[in-house]
Amino acid sequence: MDLTIKDIEDIALLARLNLSEQEKETLIKELGTLFNFVDKLQDLDTEGIEPLINTLSVYNVFRSDEVRQSPSREEMLSNAPLTEDGYYKVPKIM
Amino acid sequence: MYSEYEVVIGLEVHVELKTKTKIFCGCSTDFGAEPNTQTCPSCAGFPGMLPVLNEKAVEYAIKAGLAINSQIAEYCKFDRKNYFYPDLSKAYQISQFDLPICQGGYLDIEVDGKRKRIGITRAHMEEDAGKLVHQGTITSTPFSFVDLNRSGVPLLEIVSEPEISSAAEATAYVEKLRSVLLFAGVSDCKMQEGSLRCDVNISVRPKGETELGTRAEIKNLNSFRSIERAIEYETKRQIEANLDGEEIVQETRTWDEEKQVTRSMRSKEEADDYRYFPDPDLPPLRISEDWVKRIREEMPEMPEQAQKRLVDKHGLSEYDASVLTLTPQHLAFFDESIELYSDAKTIANWIMGELNRLLNTNNIEIDNSKISVQGLTNLLKLIDQGQISGKMAKEVFEEMFNSGQSPEIIIKEKGMAQISDEATLIKLIDEIVLNNPKVVEDYKQGKKKALGFFVGQVMKATKGQANPAIVNKLLKEHLSRE
Amino acid sequence: MQLYELTLKQLKSKLINQEISSSEIVDSILDRIKVVDEKVKAFITVTEDMAKNLAKDLKQNSESKVLTGIPYGLKDDMCTNGVRTTCASKMLENFTPNYDATVVSRLKDQGGVLIGKLNMDEFSMGSSTEQSAFFATRNPWDLSRVPGGSSGGSAAAVAADELPFALGSDTGGSIRQPASFCGIVGFKPTYGSISRWGVMPFASSLDQVGIFSKDVQDCATVMNVIAGKDQLDSTSVDLDSTDYISYLDTNIKGMKIGFPKEYFQKGMNEEVKALIMKALNKYEEMGAIVQEVSLPHSEYALQAYHVIASAEASTNLARLDGVEYGLRDFQADNVVDMFSNSRAKGFGDEVKLRTMFGTFVLSSGYYERYYLKAMQVRRLVNEDFNKVFQDVDVIISPTTMNTAFKIGQKADDVLSLYMNDVLTVPVNMAGLPGISIPCGFIDGLPVGMQIIGKPFADGSVLKTAFAFEQNTDYHKQKPVLGVN
Ligand SMILES: [Mg+2]
Ligand SMILES: [Zn+2]
Repeated sequence: MDLTIKDIEDIALLARLNLSEQEKETLIKELGTLFNFVDKLQDLDTEGIEPLINTLSVYNVFRSDEVRQSPSREEMLSNAPLTEDGYYKVPKIM
Repeated sequence: MYSEYEVVIGLEVHVELKTKTKIFCGCSTDFGAEPNTQTCPSCAGFPGMLPVLNEKAVEYAIKAGLAINSQIAEYCKFDRKNYFYPDLSKAYQISQFDLPICQGGYLDIEVDGKRKRIGITRAHMEEDAGKLVHQGTITSTPFSFVDLNRSGVPLLEIVSEPEISSAAEATAYVEKLRSVLLFAGVSDCKMQEGSLRCDVNISVRPKGETELGTRAEIKNLNSFRSIERAIEYETKRQIEANLDGEEIVQETRTWDEEKQVTRSMRSKEEADDYRYFPDPDLPPLRISEDWVKRIREEMPEMPEQAQKRLVDKHGLSEYDASVLTLTPQHLAFFDESIELYSDAKTIANWIMGELNRLLNTNNIEIDNSKISVQGLTNLLKLIDQGQISGKMAKEVFEEMFNSGQSPEIIIKEKGMAQISDEATLIKLIDEIVLNNPKVVEDYKQGKKKALGFFVGQVMKATKGQANPAIVNKLLKEHLSRE
Repeated sequence: MQLYELTLKQLKSKLINQEISSSEIVDSILDRIKVVDEKVKAFITVTEDMAKNLAKDLKQNSESKVLTGIPYGLKDDMCTNGVRTTCASKMLENFTPNYDATVVSRLKDQGGVLIGKLNMDEFSMGSSTEQSAFFATRNPWDLSRVPGGSSGGSAAAVAADELPFALGSDTGGSIRQPASFCGIVGFKPTYGSISRWGVMPFASSLDQVGIFSKDVQDCATVMNVIAGKDQLDSTSVDLDSTDYISYLDTNIKGMKIGFPKEYFQKGMNEEVKALIMKALNKYEEMGAIVQEVSLPHSEYALQAYHVIASAEASTNLARLDGVEYGLRDFQADNVVDMFSNSRAKGFGDEVKLRTMFGTFVLSSGYYERYYLKAMQVRRLVNEDFNKVFQDVDVIISPTTMNTAFKIGQKADDVLSLYMNDVLTVPVNMAGLPGISIPCGFIDGLPVGMQIIGKPFADGSVLKTAFAFEQNTDYHKQKPVLGVN
């Protein structure tokens, strides 16, 4: 499959990765190689085969509706790069 | 010109299921806590955290499904909806994509006397995101602040068919949905607290056209008023665009409360591609018939059953019945009152009239108002006993509503009791008649107006508290003796 | 013999007989690390003070638990309360969790002493530990070679006698391949038998925590401690009654062993093949019945694996956006750039590549052709195993096609690096238990044999491995690091 810089940029935005021009060039090559590699899957006829999401056959795993004391806010925010008044602080969204 | 167009509306309503804890962790869902005090590594999306499903949330979802006449899925699963946003801690929302827990369904609404069935496409479980707080407006602020208390609160998203064709129908639908969910006891549906939020999909087309027009989605409307206004505004905007030959872009718009307009929300934002796929961390659900049966048996009386009961058993009108079943509290208030006071219509009138008026002006709900069933029914009895006039009763009721005081005490303290004691009245009458010999003559000449004069005088003397019936009787007796 | 050379079992008996104290063991281990780790470079963090303080208070007595006073190490993708957990990524270089992964609390509850956090390929994406954002770990048998990966630090540390045992995680071979390259025991249990809670995920439907040890006995001992249902992991299964040690006996008469012809394919080192054949003969001598079996879809497993693993990884790593924790770029004036710059700075090339690939295969226009297709192929791979396991008890193959390669040798060749996992990946695709144990040497480099079992037949995998081990001494060989 032939990927364009545009393809790379669209997916990079979806994945929130700010790539350098250099990186885009390398990725076109490496992703190309990867896609050619996995295209082997197309040789298989999988018509009507149920996808296997998980090898476990378990269902209905629940917890009961009981409150567990949340950790303190200080603890929760202790790894945050930027906070203010008990909030996580981020640059404007628009 | 406008009349050549019709509007097509579909609603996506998000309701918070009223579990004690979040859908995938044990954090509390209580409303109004300090920011980020009800979070844990799981709902804050820390490394290695895994979701474990709250069984109660599933039960509520099934209950809600039954309340909106849905098919409950025998098999359903959870999927990841992937997108980056600062209030979405994992950068994916756990939701249900192709296999929702509730499939199909409908609600019957009534708009100016016309019944209409609105189809429901599906209802699915998902987790709520956190909340963003801004300094100033969302566009002007240099920073946003993230509160994850709401992150992971269980939601049911109920998607209607595009079968709603006016703002009035839209609000009727949401009102109906709200009342059945309230009766089912699965959500508080408090719009002001965001536990019921509404997205409106809206498009217009020339009448007779069968193709749908390009639609806009108006997000997060959280009051009946804003739903109504937003739809009216957006309909007008789209029709005018059509008339001016402008093309309508499919987009998400937001309702500006103070400007009362909808505006485009498109920012530096790519075309949505949520890359849904099954969440490998959550085993799927198998919902047995027994489980659904058990929940169906637990279902309380629903609004429509209650309405029928009010009409058949208590002889109320369809309209009265529908108003009394808007919330379970109204119905309960009526049902308890009728135990203590037999006249259903009178109770209904007071609830729908005075009580609702006071509830709305103070915008509170029956439960947290001071009024009691005892209070209302006692007041009605006092009216019947002639201890207070209907006109004064309204004042007393408002006082009861504000102070929570019993009617008897209010009447005593305010000296509002009606004077029916004949001895007291006779003394008054003797005096008035004595001081007005001229009018007595007129009366004897058969001038009937004279009687009215005397009644007026008595009322004046008693500041209107004299019981008119008795005053009339006594006057007639007295004058005939003159 | 030095204390650091001993197995868990040997240390345990010395402790019980009051011959030594926990502190002596911990000191011996810490000294060993000081001497050899500048060569091996297995540790990202050494928790020296914590370990010493903990060991001081551990007295052997009647209340002694399974691991009381026994040192261990953890792959650095396992969250440790108060101890930095980096996943060998700049993104989490300064991340210190306030919680212990379930496996960590279970080791603690049994009295284990944490010595440190071990190097890995960044977010487990790699097969050589060269993808660590900090430094490459070296193979104790030849410092110019890789230890394998992604759990290379754990494997190297145990092989170099820096630890009696360590935990790792295995998504496509990340425990078995490094164990093979380093000549030790590496066990990936059945998917669902060990809690994943608190372990940074790579691919949630494939990941499984596992064990590196010096012999199978120790492996079973640690399994008894960490395996079993965890209420915090919906995909963990209730096995609490299982006693893995009880499976350890050498009587394998009549046991049926299959070897899949597809696994002995072109590109495999002939000497590796020969060593496996030799091992199979040994099993026949011990009374097992060996037969060739076929796993026809094996040749598609690796491709399907890379689609599924990358897809899941792309969303598992999406939470690393610089809001609640982790690296943040402070230049950006809007949140989209903040996300994109933070992630670009925090992630290495391999992580970027797989994140991009995973995002591609889930995006519209690619989903059906790649992701859905891969999930269907996964079903076929799974059914291959089901069929074969109707005829045999276990499957035996080489763990890798070759011995450890030179550092830098495969740096610029994505695919040949991925080929390392071709024999281990199908086991994860089917969620089966798989172990790698030493079965010989080529030019002084260890070779590993992979034993694969039926779902939740972890016991018979350990039994099969134990029987071989008891009749060989490959596992007793130690690398010469020119320091002892
Ligand atoms: Mg939604
Ligand atoms: Zn939580």
